[in-house]
Amino acid sequence: MNALEKKIMQQHKQKKKIVCAFLTLGYPTLQATEKLIIEFDKLGVDVIEVGFPFSDPLADGPTIQASSDYALARHVKFQDAVRLGKRLRQKKCQIPLIFFSYFNPIHHHGVLPTARLLKQAGFDGVIIPDLPPDESKMYEKIFRKQKMSLVYLIAPTTTPLRSRWIAQKSKPFIYYVSLRGVTGARKQLDSRLAEQVRSLKRLTRKPVLVGFGISTEAHVKQVSRFADGIIVGSAIIKHLSKGQNRLKRTVLFMKRLLKAARTS
Amino acid sequence: MTNYHFPDQHGLFDQYGGRFVPETLVYALDQLTKAYRIIKKDRSFQRELAILLRDYAGRPTPLYHAKRLSQKVGGAQIYFKREDLCHTGAHKINNAVGQGLLTVRLGKKRIVAETGAGQHGVAAATAARLFGLSCDVYMGAEDVKRQALNVYKMKLLGASVIPVHSGSRTLKDATNEAIRDWVTHVDDTHYMIGSVVGPHPYPALVRDFQSVIGKELKIQMKKQLKKLPKALIACVGGGSNAMGFFYPLLSAKIKMYGVEAAGQGIQTKYHAATLGKGSVGILHGMRSYLLQNKEGQVLEAHSISAGLDYPSVGPEHALLKDLKRVTYTSVTDQEAVRAFHELTRTEGIMPALETAHAVAFAMKLVKRMNRKDSVVICLSGRGDKDIDTIRKFS
Repeated sequence: MNALEKKIMQQHKQKKKIVCAFLTLGYPTLQATEKLIIEFDKLGVDVIEVGFPFSDPLADGPTIQASSDYALARHVKFQDAVRLGKRLRQKKCQIPLIFFSYFNPIHHHGVLPTARLLKQAGFDGVIIPDLPPDESKMYEKIFRKQKMSLVYLIAPTTTPLRSRWIAQKSKPFIYYVSLRGVTGARKQLDSRLAEQVRSLKRLTRKPVLVGFGISTEAHVKQVSRFADGIIVGSAIIKHLSKGQNRLKRTVLFMKRLLKAARTS
Repeated sequence: MTNYHFPDQHGLFDQYGGRFVPETLVYALDQLTKAYRIIKKDRSFQRELAILLRDYAGRPTPLYHAKRLSQKVGGAQIYFKREDLCHTGAHKINNAVGQGLLTVRLGKKRIVAETGAGQHGVAAATAARLFGLSCDVYMGAEDVKRQALNVYKMKLLGASVIPVHSGSRTLKDATNEAIRDWVTHVDDTHYMIGSVVGPHPYPALVRDFQSVIGKELKIQMKKQLKKLPKALIACVGGGSNAMGFFYPLLSAKIKMYGVEAAGQGIQTKYHAATLGKGSVGILHGMRSYLLQNKEGQVLEAHSISAGLDYPSVGPEHALLKDLKRVTYTSVTDQEAVRAFHELTRTEGIMPALETAHAVAFAMKLVKRMNRKDSVVICLSGRGDKDIDTIRKFS
């Protein structure tokens, strides 16, 4: 069991809500990403998803697209993810890290070398939004051998039969997509979400974390009633995108979301 | 090529193709695959489609012997499969009518489409009228500028054209945005993809709807030519006219050439020669050849022709390249423009700039061939839409 799996299991056993924060690597700078992860760790965030910027982020809305473009324009590279992981570990920041990337950059570097380098850098899991389990059969072994967990997504359009299959494969939790659509902060959550998550939980014992569109404390409280945790991305990136003291304000925002998750 | 049965049941053309998509779309793709299997064998669907292609789209399109051009160039006889005479001016209507009819079968009320040159956008908007569907077309902001005529046509047809400002502001980005729209409205919307690209079943689905080109040619060849042509030539962006042209004749003893856009030259950064200069990668739900940098980031393609300005290519072309069944080559902006003028002056046919790439290569090829031999070029579209570009170029 790797550190990510341990962390998730431990939280889940204690019936604590799991909070996972997404950051675009190198947005607004590589130093900011590092600093934010350290701050988030201190706050008690459970898992960090390090989003690797990609030229064509199909599953992402305007906020993460813009942060990706920004990072790419500043030449963020795969090696920066490796360096980030190593520096965090040197600084004794042990928060579990998930590498979030579209498949092409991983495919291009080679799945095995990528998995190996990420593992050495302290990453314990990967999320590849455009690699459904049907296409990852030949890669699962590689990740398993490197003790890297593959987190899969389940969407509202996924049939029950398929949900069961994906739930079996996804480790150590299931990423439930809260809506039909791309990532991005929303005013309201889908009204069918509670029922959808409850029926998914009848199919699996694994923790179900809900992502896409979670933007406010109220959302966190609402989702915490039926899910095992939350994933926040665009709302964080939005806080990072403008104004003075943006790092500080982002940390405060995260603190409020955490509080909402912990008290519900 | 007798044992050519692609894609397999997983949507793979050997290692190419597949379905690299967000989970939200898997259900819609499964549904589409099922429907596609049914309509392939459904006589009433095929009959309805054949009638629409005949009475609405204007098929069959003629096979024309370009005697003056052949004489001027010297060498083999040049024939054109006249897709430019189709309704809306390009082969794109074949696929749009097919998928429109399929949308009705799926019970969906809305289509989204991406477009580069605007030919597919116009065809989709046209099919939307034919079947009473609402239609949104995503188009790169750059292409909106250079294909103003088609943008206006789409608007007249009641479609909304949504300019895309992200990335390279061309076909690649329009495709991203169309897919994002589809993810959001997957229950009531069909994504009418315009080329043999995207996740399974699209490459096969679009190829089959475009195969009417090659099927007609097969019959026309027998009637009009004394012997088999030596070569078939078509331009390749995503590759739908080429695939529809080649596919029914893959087992025949005919050489095939796919012509990509070399832009300002394949030794420069400014080209769209995916098969010539790209490497295997994943974009828009498929594994195929891709223009990408060392980091696996997708590069911008460059071509004077918006329809060829795409950094990837249909997965079946990737396979045909590896099998060496089709030879892929490329032609620069300048050569294409020259061929546009040549064909316009000698035959009174104004080809689309995409098509002009195939014409330019053919003119080089036939010179080395015997006068008694013949080649057939897929004249995929007409050139009215490119008049402004041509005017500016010279």
